[in-house]
Amino acid sequence: MAFFPFFVAAWLFVVGLWGVVSSRNLVRTVISLVVVQASSYVLLLGIGYRGGAKAPIVADIPTTSRLVDPVVQVLVLTDIVIEATVAALLLALVVQAHKRFGSVNPDDLRPLRD
Amino acid sequence: MAPHISALPVVVPFLAGPLVVAVGQFAPRWFNDSVGMLAAVAATALCALLAVHAAQHPFAYWLGGWTPRYGTTIGISLSIDTLGAGLATFSALLVTAALTYSLRYFDAVEGLYHGLMLLFMAGMVGFCLTGDLFNLLVFFEVMSAAAYALTAYKIEERGPIQGAINFGITNSIGAYGMFIGLALLYARTGALNMAEIGAALGSHHADWLVIVAMVLLFGGFLTKAAAVPLHFWLADAHAVAPIPVCVLFSGVMVELGVYAVARLYWQVFAGTLSAHEIAVRAVFVGLGVMTALLGAVMCFLQRHVKRLLAFSTISHVGMFICGVAFLTGKGIAGVGTYLVGHGLTKAALFMCAGVLLHRFATIDEYDLHGRGRELPLVGLLMGVGALMLAALPPFTTFMGKSLLEEAAAGAGYNWVIVVFIFVSAMTGGAVLRVTGRVFLGWGPTEGPHPGQAEAAREDTHEETGSPTHTPPLMVLVPAVLLVGVLLLGLIPGAVPGIERFAAQFVEHKAYAGWVLHGLRVSVPVLPPSHISADDYGYSLISTVGALAVASLGLFGRPVRARLPDALGHPAEAAAGVLHGVHSGHIGDYITWWTAGVGVIGGVCLVALR
Amino acid sequence: MSRPVRLGMFAVAGAGMIVVLLLGFTGLPSFGHAHELYGALVNRTEDKLRHATDIVTALNFDIRAFDTLGEEFILFASVTGVSLLLRQLRGEKEEDQEQEGIEEHAFAGASDGLKLVSLILIPVLVAEGAYLVFHGQLTPGGGFQGGVVLAAGPIAILLAGRYLAMKAVAPKVLLESSDAIGAACYALIGLAGLIFVGTYMKNMMPLGSPGHLLSAGMMPLNSTAVGLEVAGAFLLTWTEFLDQTMIGEPSG
Repeated sequence: MAFFPFFVAAWLFVVGLWGVVSSRNLVRTVISLVVVQASSYVLLLGIGYRGGAKAPIVADIPTTSRLVDPVVQVLVLTDIVIEATVAALLLALVVQAHKRFGSVNPDDLRPLRD
Repeated sequence: MAPHISALPVVVPFLAGPLVVAVGQFAPRWFNDSVGMLAAVAATALCALLAVHAAQHPFAYWLGGWTPRYGTTIGISLSIDTLGAGLATFSALLVTAALTYSLRYFDAVEGLYHGLMLLFMAGMVGFCLTGDLFNLLVFFEVMSAAAYALTAYKIEERGPIQGAINFGITNSIGAYGMFIGLALLYARTGALNMAEIGAALGSHHADWLVIVAMVLLFGGFLTKAAAVPLHFWLADAHAVAPIPVCVLFSGVMVELGVYAVARLYWQVFAGTLSAHEIAVRAVFVGLGVMTALLGAVMCFLQRHVKRLLAFSTISHVGMFICGVAFLTGKGIAGVGTYLVGHGLTKAALFMCAGVLLHRFATIDEYDLHGRGRELPLVGLLMGVGALMLAALPPFTTFMGKSLLEEAAAGAGYNWVIVVFIFVSAMTGGAVLRVTGRVFLGWGPTEGPHPGQAEAAREDTHEETGSPTHTPPLMVLVPAVLLVGVLLLGLIPGAVPGIERFAAQFVEHKAYAGWVLHGLRVSVPVLPPSHISADDYGYSLISTVGALAVASLGLFGRPVRARLPDALGHPAEAAAGVLHGVHSGHIGDYITWWTAGVGVIGGVCLVALR
Repeated sequence: MSRPVRLGMFAVAGAGMIVVLLLGFTGLPSFGHAHELYGALVNRTEDKLRHATDIVTALNFDIRAFDTLGEEFILFASVTGVSLLLRQLRGEKEEDQEQEGIEEHAFAGASDGLKLVSLILIPVLVAEGAYLVFHGQLTPGGGFQGGVVLAAGPIAILLAGRYLAMKAVAPKVLLESSDAIGAACYALIGLAGLIFVGTYMKNMMPLGSPGHLLSAGMMPLNSTAVGLEVAGAFLLTWTEFLDQTMIGEPSG
């Protein structure tokens, strides 16, 4: 049971990649990319957890009490912003792809075939 | 004593960018240009000052005043040594050149183009200067976000959309793998500062966690660096991005991936992997050689000039990876010197291609057959650039290549020198072939794979102005860059200086001292290495090889017709397979990425136990 | 590659990747027993050093403020990119102007009940967003979280079926300015640290007492700058996307 969050993280990473590889719709590809990123959130937060500890807000509890790791929370916050913005950018590209190619299926995007 | 200006090379473009984006839609073009140029020049000067200061002794600048305390780091440091600051200066310099080139020619949308270029520069500069692993990834993403947007600049065409999607998805997956690698290192050491992680890991033997973290981190940076098989996005992105953006991609962005691998190895992993140097060398030299060979062959098979230049970048990056993989100071010195020479040369070549695109609305080698006769100066620049790629003395590229060759010999990898010669000959030869066909009208007018020509013709213009008159600035800037490649290597003390700073770069035990404890570490004194006769010999072979390759490309039809079927058919089939693999489909690219990182991971886990 | 070949190859590669990842994860300390160094140190000392009771915000806007600077500008670059990518092309603009005025694609069947609830939601969201932004150093919240809630305010107008009204409340010029000003202000606050106290991003404002609104030095300022930027950026992104579908098509 102690290993379970880490297994979830590894699974999410690969399942997200599967989504990107097998998707027939670019919107689904971008969402799968978000799933890949989610694996790093699970891993980071799982790493920072301390058993039986409280949230790192010391407004009403003594500073010396057992608190979870705040640093990973900051890292995950930054990661979420990165993921949201990259997804926005990619979805804007998907909108334009629909306009130019008439389709959002990766199989139909052809001009860069070598 | 860290200079107060240490954070400014990042802050100046971060202030200028929003200014230009917010005000640019109302302001005249000259305002955006001026703000952009000023910020770029200022960043270049600031980085140069930092490099000079770091030459006395490298230093760490703790942001927010959060110096290390109670035995650990809390804040973020900029760990500035001369190689890092020098690379930052080079990045800012290329951005200045690209913005100058865009002055007269580029159809900039409101302030958005300038803003994104400035943010791109800020990302690159921050990437080179930072000492914190998470901060490195953040600036990697700043660079990448700006790059994705700039790639898709010409939204009215289909190619840029697809190219940007492939670029965005591939590089993002690389980045997400890196976050997992970072999480693993944080879990093990409880630190995010690279020097501290290195010190914490250094006393222990590398176990599976450290190896997988290394593979994931290197995997992400090697995706940016376009190592095989993580390279598919690069040619797609270069084929469609506007010329000034390609200048930056090939000139410095891709090389920053190699820099990060070197930096991470020496600051973080060198201590813990010191028992496995031979295995690490073998794995990454193998990767570098594969990249170099595939890039060189694909380069020769292209008729789309921008794709041709993109594949030549990939092959040179393969050489850089080999140089880093030799795990010596001389290898790093060779990479540093060659990187500067190659970056300036590739920038100039892309700018020349831009002149052709502007004039003739196509960048297909056969479409342009003979039409370059009215642009003799551009032809001369392209020819000289090709010879620089072939590492002809006395250019900076030759200096770098000779250092790389000596590093190869010193590490016991003499056979890699053959690969280097092959790469120089093939890439230089391909560009010479283009020069001969376009500017001299040599060779046949019809080529294989006519389908590729469609992608090379431009439907709409990224440029302003009339196609019959080429603004002199568009020829002046590449000329200046090529003069730089000629002169930089000849500056007395320049190359020996790089060797000394490289020797400092690989002193992994010293990092904890100067980053965490503020010790003053001086630059080691090295006897300058001399260029041996062997190096001149190799360079002669590669230049002659380039001429031979170009001649084969231009006049080789009768030779190919007379080849026995036993040779000709498999070669055709192999070329077909290579073209087919570069399919443009994102699913294929990510499958190759997963396979590549998986294989590298598996090999490392077995070899580095 | 054909689809079956690609999927087959990925099945093998993915299996290998998961094995590699899991082998690496075996070295992790077990769940709940993290290695205590950076995080523990910050937990213990931050309160005295900076008088902020929300340690995560203290890390975000002070100790690791440079990361947040980069993160802010990733947001800024992406939103600028979205504006660039979805910009009106010359040809498309002419097509739109040919239509008589702009037709609004109203939500089919936006009932009165929905409109009323949306109307109530707007001040609630704006107040909540502002609260989160200003109280970041005291309780969970801060510029990013509060900024997103703030951005949701005008979206409630959209839910009520009035897209043009939402655009009147939040015109693009305002959003772009908010985005740019927020981003630049964050960099400038750090610069003030450089000018007045000698180090970029050094917290130089009076620290106040923990638990009060004006405490923790420059953290509330940083939080506000980020809140402005995030609200402007997200609204701008949504507006750009909505413009693609809501404007210029016949309603119904």
